Amino acid sequence: MAQIELDGIERVFRLGDSEVHALRGLSVSIDAGEYVAVMGPSGSGKSTLLNLLGLLDRPNAGHYRLEGRDVTTLSADEQAEVRRARIGFVFQSFHLVPRLSAAENIGLPLVLAGLPPDERARRVAQALKDFGLEARASHRPDELSGGQRQRVAIARATIMRPAMLLADEPTGNLDRATGQEVTALLEGLNAAGTTLIVVTHDPVMGARARRQLLMEDGELRHDVRAEPAPTAPAVPVAPR
Amino acid sequence: MTPADTLRFASRAALGYPLRTALMVLAMAIGVAAVVVLTALGDGARRYVVEQFASLGANLIIVLPGRTETGGVNPGSFITSTPRDLTVADAEALLRAPLVTRIAPLTLGNSEVSVGGKLREVLVLGTGADYAGIRNYRVAQGQFLPRDDPGRAASVAVIGDTLRRELFGNETAIGRVLRVGDTRLRVIGIMAPSGQGLGMNTDELVIVPVATAQAMFNTNTLFRIMVEVRSREALGPAQRELEKILRARRDGELDVTLITQDAVLGTFDRILGALTLGVAGIAAISLAVAGILVMNVMLVAVTQRTGEIGLLKALGATGRNIRLAFLTEAALLSLAGAIVGFALGHVGAWGIRLAYPVLPAWPPNWAVIAALATALGTGVLFGVMPARRAARLDPVQALMKR
Ligand SMILES: Nc1ncnc2c1ncn2[C@@H]1O[C@H](COP(=O)(O)OP(=O)(O)OP(=O)(O)O)[C@@H](O)[C@H]1O
Ligand SMILES: [Mg+2]
Repeated sequence: MAQIELDGIERVFRLGDSEVHALRGLSVSIDAGEYVAVMGPSGSGKSTLLNLLGLLDRPNAGHYRLEGRDVTTLSADEQAEVRRARIGFVFQSFHLVPRLSAAENIGLPLVLAGLPPDERARRVAQALKDFGLEARASHRPDELSGGQRQRVAIARATIMRPAMLLADEPTGNLDRATGQEVTALLEGLNAAGTTLIVVTHDPVMGARARRQLLMEDGELRHDVRAEPAPTAPAVPVAPR
Repeated sequence: MTPADTLRFASRAALGYPLRTALMVLAMAIGVAAVVVLTALGDGARRYVVEQFASLGANLIIVLPGRTETGGVNPGSFITSTPRDLTVADAEALLRAPLVTRIAPLTLGNSEVSVGGKLREVLVLGTGADYAGIRNYRVAQGQFLPRDDPGRAASVAVIGDTLRRELFGNETAIGRVLRVGDTRLRVIGIMAPSGQGLGMNTDELVIVPVATAQAMFNTNTLFRIMVEVRSREALGPAQRELEKILRARRDGELDVTLITQDAVLGTFDRILGALTLGVAGIAAISLAVAGILVMNVMLVAVTQRTGEIGLLKALGATGRNIRLAFLTEAALLSLAGAIVGFALGHVGAWGIRLAYPVLPAWPPNWAVIAALATALGTGVLFGVMPARRAARLDPVQALMKR
């Protein structure tokens, strides 16, 4: 059984009289522990797909089975619970709460889950250590560099030990070196068993993934599985 | 999310926008302070009046001739139509009641007073030696009426301060003789000026022994009898004792009326209490306005923090988590406003007491509690709508807004 099974997903946005088909007839299945890059031109529906996978959005038609359970029919609060326990998000613009320190931002999912404070403190301390943020624990986001902010965001996304990590252009706001650092971090998490789905415009980063989903105009055009060389930037993808 | 975490999160959020929070708290504080100050003023006025009445003698019973029917028809109503007069003998008899400490018979009449060439209309009060004590009147010079046999018509008078000035100017008045109607009286005392209190003013009175007044006006009746009882608590039993004595003296018929200061006091107490309540109600309107302000500010906060709400949802916050967080924030703002307003109100009441020392301007407890409860209540009530709006935000839309 695949971890993620999408079946005939449709997502239509209505803007006045006109309709935008952000996703049409999309079917795909992704196994636990996979490393998937979602690529394609702007407006092709990559973010819409990721939001659906993250249960932030509902399809107009089709079914989404997560770990064997049909999650499209769940109530909003049930979906929130699934998000909290199973899904981690990383955003292009970090989305840190500006008035909270790095440690508090990382601990936010634990607070929402209602974990006792000592357990929280222990896990946040461990995460700060794992992501090399110990010296920045009490800094607020505006006192951190972009790379540090994204590391805080990744620490936050993984603190609940989710089954899958969804990242929407995680390196889009970072310079190349810092971007590679963040990519390595995400790949490390994937190597430890977490499913990793990354939306990216960067062919180099996309090529590092073992599987590429190529979107165009709301449809899945290509589903490419490759065995990339572990270090070197691998074969350029995007065959037409 | 545990309640403690919700509280911490909400207070951090409130402190994250200091100017907004300060303005909110100020608005709420003004409402609460208005209630506290205005009720302090109203209740101060009530206490002032009550105290003034009490200073007239709260443990007094006044006996009037004639029956004012309040209890329906009784057999006595059919026997006589004209009530019997009150006499000095009645007054003397009342002293036998164990709970009575002092009495003063009163007779009143108008007359003319003349000294040398000066002539003036005056009110003549015939009474006994205890009258000044019962009413807390002070004698400035000389002495009050002598403790005589009440039947003796001594030719002496005690006069009010204004009268002394008008009749004698700067000359000594004690020992001088004045003429009231056809009677020549020697001045033995001057009353102290009455001041601003409520009640009867002695400044323009000529006070004479009751027998002297009765002779002057050719009568043997009394206008009323003032009876002082041991304490305020003794008023009820004493009234029954007096009624028993008077009934026995009037062939079993009680054709007199007994009035206590307590009854008058109670009426004033109620009227001014209602006034305070009304004023509190008006002040509470400002609290409602503050409540609407809370709603506005919280709505702005929801808009301002849309991205954050989207993020919280992405991290797995339920609608309930978000609703509670925003509601708690509104409640905290109101609570802070209520506390600041409470302090401000007490400072204001203190200022009033400083400016008008006669006015005991203390806010009543019920008003303070009601104001604090209303502040919290409106804050939470008006916080519900923004909190629900926040909880209902679509997470994708919210996340995109940034
Ligand atoms: N909330 C919305 N309302 C209306 N149309 C929307 C909405 N969200 C997305 N769309 C439309 O759906 C289509 C897919 O959008 P989406 O954001 O998924 O693209 P994308 O592939 O992520 O693009 P980009 O690379 O620029 O981020 C676009 O045409 C977009 O205009
Ligand atoms: Mg996108």
